[in-house]
Amino acid sequence: MKKLVSAPYLAWMAVFVVVPLLMVAYFAFFEDGHFTLDYVSNVSQYTNIFIRSIWLAAIATAICLIIAYPVAMILSEMDTSYQGTLLMIVMLPMWMNFLLRTYAWMTILGNNGVLNQFFGLFGLGPFKMLNTQGAVVLGMVYNYLPFMLLPIYNVMVKIDKSVLEAAQDLGCNRARVISKVILPLSMPGVMSGITMVFVPAISTFIISRMLGGGGNLLIGDLIEMQFLGNSYNPNLGAAISLVLMVIVLLIMTLMNQFDVDDDKPLI
Amino acid sequence: MKKTSTLSKLYLLLVMLFLYVPIFVLIVFSFNTTKSHSHMTGFTFDWYVKLIHNQLILSSLLNTIIVAVTSAVGATILGTAAAVGINSMKKIPKAITLNVNNIPIVNPEIVTGVSMMLLFVFFAARMNFEFGFGTLIIAHITFNVPYVILNIMPKFRQMNPNIYEAAQDLGCSPVQAFFKVVLPEIMPGILSGLMMSLTFSLDDFVISYFTNGSKAQTLPITIYSMTRRKISPEINALSTIIFLIVIVILVSKNIYERRNAAKKGGKLQ
Amino acid sequence: MRKYLSLILALLLSSALVCGCSHIEEDAVEEETTEETEAMTLSVEDPDYYSALKDQNITLNVYNWGEYISDGTDGLLDINSEFTKLTGIKVNYTTYATNEELYAKLKGGGSSYDIIIPSDYMISRMLKEDMLEEIDFSNIPNMKYIMDKFISPEYDPEQKYSVPYTWGTVGIIYDNTVVDEENIDWDILWNEDYADRILMFDNPRDAFAIAELILGYSLNTEDSDKLKKAAEKLTEQKKVVQAYVMDEIFDKMGAGEAIIAPYYAGDAKMLMDEYDELSFVIPESGTNLFVDAICIPKGTKNKLAAEMYINFMCEPDVAYSTTEYIGYSTPNNAAFDMLDEDEQNDEVTYPDDEFLNSHTETFKNLSNEANQEMQNLWTDMKSAEEQTPNRVIVPAFMFLCILLSIITVIRRHIKAKRDIF
Repeated sequence: MKKLVSAPYLAWMAVFVVVPLLMVAYFAFFEDGHFTLDYVSNVSQYTNIFIRSIWLAAIATAICLIIAYPVAMILSEMDTSYQGTLLMIVMLPMWMNFLLRTYAWMTILGNNGVLNQFFGLFGLGPFKMLNTQGAVVLGMVYNYLPFMLLPIYNVMVKIDKSVLEAAQDLGCNRARVISKVILPLSMPGVMSGITMVFVPAISTFIISRMLGGGGNLLIGDLIEMQFLGNSYNPNLGAAISLVLMVIVLLIMTLMNQFDVDDDKPLI
Repeated sequence: MKKTSTLSKLYLLLVMLFLYVPIFVLIVFSFNTTKSHSHMTGFTFDWYVKLIHNQLILSSLLNTIIVAVTSAVGATILGTAAAVGINSMKKIPKAITLNVNNIPIVNPEIVTGVSMMLLFVFFAARMNFEFGFGTLIIAHITFNVPYVILNIMPKFRQMNPNIYEAAQDLGCSPVQAFFKVVLPEIMPGILSGLMMSLTFSLDDFVISYFTNGSKAQTLPITIYSMTRRKISPEINALSTIIFLIVIVILVSKNIYERRNAAKKGGKLQ
Repeated sequence: MRKYLSLILALLLSSALVCGCSHIEEDAVEEETTEETEAMTLSVEDPDYYSALKDQNITLNVYNWGEYISDGTDGLLDINSEFTKLTGIKVNYTTYATNEELYAKLKGGGSSYDIIIPSDYMISRMLKEDMLEEIDFSNIPNMKYIMDKFISPEYDPEQKYSVPYTWGTVGIIYDNTVVDEENIDWDILWNEDYADRILMFDNPRDAFAIAELILGYSLNTEDSDKLKKAAEKLTEQKKVVQAYVMDEIFDKMGAGEAIIAPYYAGDAKMLMDEYDELSFVIPESGTNLFVDAICIPKGTKNKLAAEMYINFMCEPDVAYSTTEYIGYSTPNNAAFDMLDEDEQNDEVTYPDDEFLNSHTETFKNLSNEANQEMQNLWTDMKSAEEQTPNRVIVPAFMFLCILLSIITVIRRHIKAKRDIF
């Protein structure tokens, strides 16, 4: 009886998750019912887009990590009564619709935008900022920063403070406490942060379209173009999606390597 | 606990600036008399007036709410039932189910969107239906269910498995026992799953973009099409309103939780 | 973090909605009283015709270009709401940015539209692929207003599937305070002096047309070598282009973000009305002449209502509002007569026949192969960087990824087993 109640769910997942993915695979390898490798090998034409996407997403992930890690550390070491409030303040912008947040940067980075006017006060610029790869990375960092911050913070608040004190008592200075104790203990958080930023960053199409000026295509743009954009070709689109899934799978496995000891308690 | 150093405070301040300046700029220019988003030429509420007259925005707001509420409730019911079943599964089927459950969470959104679009197109051609609220709600339920389950499963682990049997021993039928004993135990998980689903639905753009068809434009899709045309500061006005709503909700939530915590603390003492 | 409050959010939003709605009614009344003197009122020849479907609660799905209909500002008609008022048929109005997007959305299936407004070449492509519904012209009495020269055009030779909506040419919009060259021609879009301040079409057909004009090819060439040359020309342009855009041009040009952009004459007219520093020129070396026409796609369930909508769009008052608001040239005689004399003689929007014959070429539908090739070249161009990729890389990379994942899974499995014992 108990097993029966999950039947609708199982059916649902089969029909709306598994079957659609199989359809992607089918579209990638079959055209009008005939098996073909054309589309998958045609994806190679766009190697540069893949390389660019991976590269930009990796940079964005690294920047997110560099910004978020100290924030998480500072927050987790604060008085508990402030932590909640401060965390809320940091997370608040994330509640805005992400199109609006990206749009905000469009108006800021422009040649006549607020930022260039600010530079103009000092006689600098105008700098070309909008419609560059830098702008795309900035958009990714801005949108996905909270995905990095939250998992790291969650792991850090769970670190037993007495462990840190013990390390200090044993003669570690601040730098050594960080490198020998906090860093290894926060690794699971860092890893899940990296996947949570990298995966959406590599597959975005809105950020590159709004901030990249249409000349810096990413994988997401390429897929969108094949289905709803300027070059209708669902087979190719499915093949690209398939490749993207494989890349994501790889990233996930790589990241999972680091929390093999997940089940062991954090001291 | 030690005090936060000045350097740390400065760093936090810089990060806050990075996070808030763009939103602040949006808000400032929602009051601008001209469409320029670099020069303030004067102060006006015109764009707000225009915004609440904009039928497209109002109707897509309504669509968004309909889709979010329906799909969140649907996902919660489906997910709660599923969690009960999964909980009593054997090890291997359980592992497989949970892995499939993770697919929509891990998969890039665009791939989920595209794959569902392919499925719907396939069936639309054969079963003579159209993209619209139906497809949109199905898609939203699909990406929400996994989160509901992930929220409920830990509650089962925390629950004492004997109480269900105890209730039956005391004369409850299995169904009664479930509703009287198990449900209250997992309720917090169900609620947080529901809330998470609602938020994700309200905010989703990518998956809706591929599955909405012509009839059910949600607010994010309307915003997207607004950014692709002649831009009107109505967008800024909309941002301001959304931002204010978010602040009000988050602050009241924070206050509510603190008060609760204080109460509990008081009782303990 | 995001958990507990979304319900409140939803409640708040809905209450905001309710407030918003009630506001509308009040304010609408106010507006009517204040603007009565200026606002245009609609008069139609045959009101009975429009009441045929009054109480059937029909919603019409209209899919149009962005910025391509009068929304009731400047005292003109708010076309969609006037239509609803007159006929009781609701309009669900959505927009696209390029012909190709429209094609993808229709071809992809799933969504049904009742009205679409593609351009000439796209109409013939859709006709060839049997995507359009035949229009019953006995339901469109206002067809009589359409100028003779737009009847039975090349894209719809039997005049069965389309009703012309607007027409125009493509030219270059530029900031006359910065660009002061004489004889501006298409090659200014490649000029490195203006690097990063040039915008370009974000759709293959219009972009290729410009390259083809410079290279002296026909706009309808299907020759693979010529298409490749044109693509090369476009790739060469990449380094000076700030962004590939469609209607974003209004903001970028208006705000002075960019100073040169090719675009449609009608939109240029709108921009020039608003900004004095912008000028428009149709290059001497020629340009594209386009007609956008209203069609009914296959699969519509409201054909009668759709025909009513088409007829409504041809009402003189409505067509006049359209052309006044969007700036494009009208093929509607009655609407043309309502224009000021200045506007009728405007060389940009209504160039004389001699100019049209000698300087313009219309797009024709290309063969499937040529279309496919153009699409591929376009994607290549947009993604272009220096190196030429190797065709083996991606499959090899995928294979490697899968292998790696399998190895990892096995390794973890072994490790797990070892841990148990």
